[in-house]
Order: sequence, then C-alpha cells, then structure tokens
Amino acid sequence: MAIPTTHFVILASLLFAIGAGGVLLRRSGISILLGIELMLNAANLTLAAYSRQHGQLDGQVFVFFVMAVAAAEVAVGLALLVAIYRRIQSIDVDRLSIMRW
Amino acid sequence: MELVVFYVAAAVAVVSALVAVSHRSPVVNVLSLVITFFCVAVNYALLGASFLAAAQILVYAGAILVLFLFVVMLLNAPSEQPSPEPRPVQRIAGLALAAITGGGAVFLLLAVHVTPGVAPIDGNAAALGRLLVGPYLFAFELISVLLLAALVGALVLVKRKH
Repeated sequence: MAIPTTHFVILASLLFAIGAGGVLLRRSGISILLGIELMLNAANLTLAAYSRQHGQLDGQVFVFFVMAVAAAEVAVGLALLVAIYRRIQSIDVDRLSIMRW
Repeated sequence: MELVVFYVAAAVAVVSALVAVSHRSPVVNVLSLVITFFCVAVNYALLGASFLAAAQILVYAGAILVLFLFVVMLLNAPSEQPSPEPRPVQRIAGLALAAITGGGAVFLLLAVHVTPGVAPIDGNAAALGRLLVGPYLFAFELISVLLLAALVGALVLVKRKH
C-alpha cells in the first residue's frame, strides 16, 4: 500500500517548524544556518511528495535546483561566518551589532 | 511494510531534528542533522525518487554537513552558553512563531484538496536528466553560474587582506 501524500506533508511541516524554531531561538551562527538547511529540506520533501501525487517529475527537478541553491547558500553563509569570526572572535549573533545604526 | 519504514524514518527524523536545533554543542547539532538528512533520503526513496535519495546523501549528508563540521572545527566553536540576560518574551515569541509556521503549513497544505490516487513515478537519473537538459536547460545553466558565483564569493569573503 502506498503511503498517502498527506503523511509526507505533515512530516515536512514538522521539520519546517523545528527548523524555524532553531533559526529564531538559537544565537550561534552555525545553528542558525543548520536551521535554514532543515527548512530547505522540509520544502524539498513537500516538492517530492506532490511530484508523486501528480505523477510528474517536474517537482523532483525543482528539488534538484533547491539542493544546488542550498549548496551555494551554505558556501557563502559559512564564508561569512568565518569572516565574522575573524572580526569579533565570536559567532554569537547577539554580539554582531556592527551594522546596527 | 512501507508504512512501517515511513513511520520509523519520520520519528527518527523529527527526534534528531529536535536534537539538532536544541543541543548546545555545535558538533552534536551537525551530526544529528546528518541523521535527519539520511531519514529524508529514506523518504525520497519511498516516494520513488531514487536519484534524489542518492543526491540527498551525497550532497547534504556528504558535502554540506562535512563543510559545516569543517567550519565548526576551524572556528573551534564553543558550546552555546546560556544567555547572560534571559529574555523570556523573545523566547516565547520565537516558539510561537515557529508553531504558527508549522501549524499554518499543515493547515494550508491539508486545505488543498488531495485526490486519493497516487501516481507511481520513477525518478531515476535518466528521467531527471532528460528533463534537466530539455525543458529546464536554461535554469540548469543558470545554476552552474550561481554555483560559480558562490564559489568566487566565498573565496573573496574569507581572503585575508595583506
């Protein structure tokens, strides 16, 4: 018996909420990036689930694109973290106030 | 049988995701997120997306999280200390916003009428590749430009000024 699409959608929503909570509540820059990755994965899971629902592969192509964008985002995000660490010797985003006016 | 696999994978994914966002040690965060991504790969396999399952393990669990782990080691990131000033309002607001996001996503996605019929598809590499170099050729080429830009951007950001 095939698993209903709603099961995957609910799992994806749970993962998205957990990722959003991580982004909103954590203060370490690395944990915030991890939360963003989790949210991207949840969105990917929804795309793949609806791709099967509609019997078309286009959703899976979008997942592929999101993966590539996520890889680019992580590379730039982690480079930013390294640059921030060199400047303030910390990746605590609470201490990152040099751009506040 | 498939349903059992799904429930086990889903439970492990949610628990390890919770550990990934709540544990104080960054190394534990990254390693439990690896487990979550493996479980998401299992879900892709259940959805008939065999290429995505392989790509998930290779790209996410393999490349991206190793990069994370590398940066954690490079920065010698300490465990997150409890905030010197407790801010209960922000904490509650953050939790509420996360709950609204997740609950709203469930509500919106379930409000869409889903026909019970599930079409079997086979997302193997050949089928996806035919789409990628066919209708999605332009986006595919743009992605390569984006990756090159990200590569150059990352190099410029971490370059030491002499």
